[in-house]
Amino acid sequence: MLTCKQFLRELSGYLEKTLDPAELAELQKHVNECPNCFVVCDTTEKTLKVFKGMEAKAIPKDIHSRLMAAIERKLRDKGGCG
Amino acid sequence: MSTVPATPTFDESALVTRAQAGDAAAFSELVEHYDRRVFRMAKQITQNDDDAEDVLQETFLKAYTHLSDFQGNSKFYTWLVRIAVNEALMKLRKRRSDRTVPLDEPIDTGEDEMVREIAVWDENPEETYSRDELAKILDQAIESLKPAYRTVFILRDIEELSIEETAEALNLSISAVKSRLLRARLQLREKLTRQFKRKGDDAFAYL
Repeated sequence: MLTCKQFLRELSGYLEKTLDPAELAELQKHVNECPNCFVVCDTTEKTLKVFKGMEAKAIPKDIHSRLMAAIERKLRDKGGCG
Repeated sequence: MSTVPATPTFDESALVTRAQAGDAAAFSELVEHYDRRVFRMAKQITQNDDDAEDVLQETFLKAYTHLSDFQGNSKFYTWLVRIAVNEALMKLRKRRSDRTVPLDEPIDTGEDEMVREIAVWDENPEETYSRDELAKILDQAIESLKPAYRTVFILRDIEELSIEETAEALNLSISAVKSRLLRARLQLREKLTRQFKRKGDDAFAYL
């Protein structure tokens, strides 16, 4: 039987399913039997999901205009890419 | 509700090819498409508006200058992220050199793996909080991480680079990326759990 510490060490591989089937099965068994690790596993998964779900906000208008102006200058100076 | 204006499909590789051939409009389109993500990442790493703006400009100017070096071995955005992360880390080092931890300081302390805050969440934070509130909570959680953990988490879990791409971009070993990522994930989980745990669960604190 895995300890919680051993389980946590493999948490990323467990969530991403990048381990081999035998290892995954052993971790799965631990999660089924250990309420704490079940909760940690579930809330870590939700943590990743909430971060991935955040879309970047549009950048402030002034920052955007300064960026485009800097690029314009560069394009004019170089007159072409590469 | 007005409908979203019909935008032509975004074809990254076609735009890159056109930009490489000297088409300025194609390059501008790439900038318009990715500027918000580059800016967000720069801000998350540097934690400073002015630095983030510098990083944003430098990233696209460098990308433009080196466009012919982009071979298409990765996604264009991954290539852009690598430029941006370098610029952001340079800013961070400059700012932090006189006070806090350098990025390569050994950070392996046993304490980081301790798991606190074991509680289930309210069903869905996206429904409980407004977009802005949620963004603020997530930003604060990221800000609280050590830079060495933060950058790994941003590249892998927000920008969705692979473990290998993250390692390469940060000049770290695969195992260093994995261990920093795990700690970052566990620490963020702990912070968010404090925020999102089911309210009734607090009652147990009194027992």
